Amino acid sequence: MSNPPTELLGTATNKSGVRASEVPSTGGRTGIARILLSRDTVMIYTLVFFVIYAALFIPRFASPVSTGFLLLDVIPALLIALPMTLVIITGEIDLSVASIAGLTSALMGVLWAAGLDIGAVLLISLLAGVLAGAFNGLLVAVLGLPSLAVTIGTLALFRGLALVVIGDNAVANFPPELTSFFTSKIGGTGIPTVMIGVIVVAIFFGVLLHFTPFGRGLFALGYSKEAATFVGIHVMRSKFWLYVASGSVSALAGIYWTLRYSSARSDNASGLELTVIAAVLLGGVSIFGGKGSIPGAVAGVLLIGTINFTLRLNRISDVVLIIVTGTLLIASVVAPSIFEGISKWRHTRRNRRILPPASALGATRATASGVQERK
Amino acid sequence: MTLTSPAPSQETPPKTARRATRDFASVLRWREIPVTIALIVLVGLTYLANPLFLSQQGVKDLLLNATIVIILAVGQAMVIITRNVDLSIGSILGIVAFSTGTLFVAVPGIPIVLVFLTGMALGALLGAVNGLLVTIAKVPSLVITLGTLYIYRGLNNAWAGGTQYFAGDRPDNFGALSVDTIAGFPLITLIAIVVVVIVAIFMASTRPGRDLYAIGSDPEAAKLFGIPVTRRVLLAFLSNGILAGLAGVLYASRFNSVGATTGTGLEFDIVAAAVVGGVAIFGGSGTVAGAAIGALLLTTITSALTAIRVDKFWQQAIVGLLILAAIIIDRVARIRTQKKLRLSEARDV
Repeated sequence: MSNPPTELLGTATNKSGVRASEVPSTGGRTGIARILLSRDTVMIYTLVFFVIYAALFIPRFASPVSTGFLLLDVIPALLIALPMTLVIITGEIDLSVASIAGLTSALMGVLWAAGLDIGAVLLISLLAGVLAGAFNGLLVAVLGLPSLAVTIGTLALFRGLALVVIGDNAVANFPPELTSFFTSKIGGTGIPTVMIGVIVVAIFFGVLLHFTPFGRGLFALGYSKEAATFVGIHVMRSKFWLYVASGSVSALAGIYWTLRYSSARSDNASGLELTVIAAVLLGGVSIFGGKGSIPGAVAGVLLIGTINFTLRLNRISDVVLIIVTGTLLIASVVAPSIFEGISKWRHTRRNRRILPPASALGATRATASGVQERK
Repeated sequence: MTLTSPAPSQETPPKTARRATRDFASVLRWREIPVTIALIVLVGLTYLANPLFLSQQGVKDLLLNATIVIILAVGQAMVIITRNVDLSIGSILGIVAFSTGTLFVAVPGIPIVLVFLTGMALGALLGAVNGLLVTIAKVPSLVITLGTLYIYRGLNNAWAGGTQYFAGDRPDNFGALSVDTIAGFPLITLIAIVVVVIVAIFMASTRPGRDLYAIGSDPEAAKLFGIPVTRRVLLAFLSNGILAGLAGVLYASRFNSVGATTGTGLEFDIVAAAVVGGVAIFGGSGTVAGAAIGALLLTTITSALTAIRVDKFWQQAIVGLLILAAIIIDRVARIRTQKKLRLSEARDV
């Protein structure tokens, strides 16, 4: 039911050649078939297939302990990937997420060490994330500055503030009942209790993106800002709130990180932004904007998490694993453009065979106009 | 920019040329001046507070710290000017630095020139892989180089494992490159200055160099104009790889140990240096000299803060603020240029 609007917007605003060629190829399929064969769904198949494979053939994988550690490890990336998906769909990017998580963590440590009540500590830290996100939103959405450059700046700024706040110190003496809650599991399933919260956040962003006018507007915005403005989407307001959401969820990830490892340090979660973006892009979200889905992004995060975890079970060194992340990312973006090239080539060949005069006419016209442009 | 501006040039070539120089001058006036002033003010104030800052040793340290960042920022500027970005340079630097360490141990007595050439060739290879993936697959460079950032780093990890090579494994005259000075300039800094001058001349006054600006201003228009976009973008990535390779070799000379994690997390510092130096993140404007000054400014801040005994933890926050300031200045400059172009075009009609 959510497909027609994209279709309409796709055809209405196919300004670039890439998109124009995509519209007919997806338009040929309808309804269920389209959903079942989309890029995000393929990601989910890959994930399911890989999990089944790992459960069958990797010793010790299919156990509550494994599930528990796997999920505990991916939660920060999973959380941040949700708003990141929305931000990238609008054609922007947020590189400062991990720094916001680090700033939150540093603040928590200092406030807790200063003797504040834990509730107040959590509230103020979360608020810091909201403000950091609003600052990004102000620069990108309101002032219209390029988000790539702005968030490289705030990446340094927020990490720098984390250093200013806590310096070299680490705070570790958080209340044990809280830290043990963050690593606790639901019964014997091995699923961490915190996953419930993560699922709630995931559903929130999923519904927001796919089933509300606001969310549908984000796709339009990613396709064409001008067109989105004309159909009545508040471009500035939408982007601003997305950055606020991104900051808030990054703060949640920072709080989780601090309590799961029971350690508040300035370098917590550093480098996480690249992991998250790699996973989201792997999950089928287009860096050009206008395309992607929450289930796809979640599948991307879980796939990278699972592959890394199984390789680790096979005692392959952690640091070598990132080759897999990188290769998957490049393969996932290069493969579609290769397929597209092949199908375009087949299309023109078929056209030549079926309609020789028309294509000959088109060819002469093309060369004629080409010559004209040269002059 | 000047290449693509619609000009009724047939009858009045002198007028266009004059306008081009004027535009060029105004761009120069706007983009490099703020960062240069910031650098002078920073150095001046720090010197007033602590005269030791500009002692012979102090200046030498400043230059040594800036050298590697300057070379990387120059390469990155070339890529950014074509409206691309290369995030994998930290990993390229790491691999080359480790291979340099390995080479000295594996081939005792190897000539230093050969080590430099090997490092630059390896960097060229890795840069070419980036460039080929970006141009052939037509996928944004941000995504491709994020992927190769991981792959190159993983290869480095797989190769190095826990191994580290220390300065003692390398010949003395290789380490001397970052100790000996000519007229107060360390040798490796002189190499960096030569690099800046060569690339600056290439970008400012050769056809391929100007093409890089045209591609960054408007890729479609550049293609229509007959510029070999694919080859030029490839050239930018290749040059960046060579420079990252050179930086990797120099890193092995400058620092004590090279291992699996050498150069991690460098990518955003380098992009930041270029942006602070006035290279617009969406391509088409900025100069490599600006990027080099940006690099010098960012590395000087750290030393300056130490010299005036400000808490060193403020350094990164200040870098962040500088980046934001640079972006805002770029926006103001762009609005001014656009206004001027509109006015001058209106006059021509």
